[in-house]
Amino acid sequence: MPVMNIIQAVNDALRLQMRAEPRTVVLGEDVGKFGGVFRATSGLHEEFGAERVIDTPLAEAGIIGTAIGMALYGLRPVPEIQFGDFIFPAFDQIVNELAKFRYRSGGQYPCPVVIRTPVGGGIRGGHYHSQSPEALFIHTPGLKVVAPSNPYDAKGLLLACLRQNDPVLFMEPKRIYRASKGEVPEGDYTLELGRLHVTRPGTQVTLIAWSGMVSIAEEAAAKAEQAGISVEVLDLRSLLPFDIDGILTSVKKTGRAVIVHEAPRTCGFGAELIASIQERAMEHLEAPILRVCGFDTPFPYTLEHEYMPNADRVLGAIRQTLEW
Amino acid sequence: MVAVQAQDDLRRVLDDEGRVLPGARVPDVSDEQLRRIFDVMSLIRIMDDRMMRLQRQGRLGFYMKAIGEEATHFAVAPLRPGDWVYPSYREQGAWFWRGYTIKDFINQLFGNVADPVKGRQMPVHHSANWLNLVSISSPVGTQIPQAVGSAYAAKLLGKDDVSMVYFGEGTSSTGEFHVGMNFAGVWKAPCVFICRNNGWAISVPREKQTAAKTFASKAVGYGMPGIRVDGNDILAMLQVAGEAIDRARAGDGPTMIEALTYRVQGHSSSDDPSVYRDPKEPELWERRDPLNRLRNYLRHRTLWDESWERELTERYNQEITDALAAADKLGAPPLESMFEDVYEDMPWHLQEQKAWLLAQARTRSPHFHG
Repeated sequence: MPVMNIIQAVNDALRLQMRAEPRTVVLGEDVGKFGGVFRATSGLHEEFGAERVIDTPLAEAGIIGTAIGMALYGLRPVPEIQFGDFIFPAFDQIVNELAKFRYRSGGQYPCPVVIRTPVGGGIRGGHYHSQSPEALFIHTPGLKVVAPSNPYDAKGLLLACLRQNDPVLFMEPKRIYRASKGEVPEGDYTLELGRLHVTRPGTQVTLIAWSGMVSIAEEAAAKAEQAGISVEVLDLRSLLPFDIDGILTSVKKTGRAVIVHEAPRTCGFGAELIASIQERAMEHLEAPILRVCGFDTPFPYTLEHEYMPNADRVLGAIRQTLEW
Repeated sequence: MVAVQAQDDLRRVLDDEGRVLPGARVPDVSDEQLRRIFDVMSLIRIMDDRMMRLQRQGRLGFYMKAIGEEATHFAVAPLRPGDWVYPSYREQGAWFWRGYTIKDFINQLFGNVADPVKGRQMPVHHSANWLNLVSISSPVGTQIPQAVGSAYAAKLLGKDDVSMVYFGEGTSSTGEFHVGMNFAGVWKAPCVFICRNNGWAISVPREKQTAAKTFASKAVGYGMPGIRVDGNDILAMLQVAGEAIDRARAGDGPTMIEALTYRVQGHSSSDDPSVYRDPKEPELWERRDPLNRLRNYLRHRTLWDESWERELTERYNQEITDALAAADKLGAPPLESMFEDVYEDMPWHLQEQKAWLLAQARTRSPHFHG
């Protein structure tokens, strides 16, 4: 089985789908000859031509707005927003239009657009190249939000997104685009949306993470193990809908949970997870559920590694929940 | 390359009395087509009058009239059924012309169980995929890049379908207008942009929307022709729309049409124009009323008589009365429908919320008096 990084896995999924489904088109800034600033669409322009791998004018609202019209007409557009931080000029098109078309038309106009965008910090990108805006989109009825953490999941989840009929925001962890490597099947496969993956089984504390924070959670779990603490790590993979059954199975077993996300703490997705868990599993909880998050500040440049959750902070939260 | 220029001169065929102007070229429209346009234009006028009265009686939450602007709706007339239309919210005629029925229209306003959009949107936000009429959105301008996307898609799939998109002159101030026009120009998309310049964006006059001399002149910056037309002159409207559609279908790219018209009454049932504009202004425009001009033109051509108009007026009034009576008897969409069509398949969290709601005592909707 070939070893790929996340960029190669995304590229492979796009290529397979474009070969299988001629109505699939890729559009965005620099996605054509250049193959995208992260090279996720590399080689697609050569294979599928400028009409299906479209270098658009530089305007995010136009990229998403035209992708909507393409989808309504019958294409399967896969727009790329170059950085998650640049998605906001298209916020209205995503939140009020894309996510609402099926509903507001009484089911007449499904709008299958899969938006790919890199998210997260740790690349010396400062505020405008580092944000994790998932909560804003999870709060949007009509959208699905998917956030893979590794090459195998990235390919299988992206292919699954491209073969269902709802709009999706597919968030890719840019810090580990190339650092995360793993075996990826050459051929076609899909992973079910809405299902988490237990990346490390354990018994004492449930650690919940997604995207770039899964590797931090794994690192913290390994350190905990050395200290004699058994931690179960859940990679959520799908954020909307999220796998409540999988979360509850784990938390009912361990009685303790820590949630790790890069995004700011207040109204971050961790808050929703905590609410959902305590509503359903209060009697199983041995301690308050803790969060290790980004701070409620804009994403800083020089101090970015102080801003982002790390394994030691996560380990601290694990200890805190055990000592409560 | 031929330099693209805006035509700042106003294209007109009819004078204010409905006579063909000297030297004007009359578009090739059959007598039957012209009579059908008069028929549908009359329906808009009748429907608007009846629905606004209903709104004033408190039986309808909201309504928007098109009085004085109806001729602009018939830019869709030269389209083929396979072409796509992205309306704004004041093009009732485009809907009726393409086959949207009085029943569909009224059921949507009522948001009842027979509403084509299942009670999901406030009045006048229609959607009809069987007619390639795209769901209406309240935030203005969002439909512009979407129409360009459909036009591009048709081109990519090797079809010769055209997209047409409507918006008001106020919307030309939005980012989406710029973005949509720019993408269309670059992609040479088969798209026709209809700017209904009715002079007023709620209370803000056109002078406060742009420092440009005309809205059509904006087209130059996007590498497409901008045509200015008397939007109350049905023959001129049909002519410029037909030319733009032909141009798009032939692969020659997009066109922007500025249809100069006037919003004779309020923006919506919630508006009161007496607060912000001179009451003499609408009086001036009533003399250029598009329905009167078409009627006069047809009369000069002996294609109109009083008994025909009386018959169609009575017929439409009766159809509206019947549709209202039927709509009154229909209840709200079923409670569980609130959770449908958010996604293709209902995810667990919506199933859970639906089950919870169905277990509660039913709240009686103030929209229904049954």
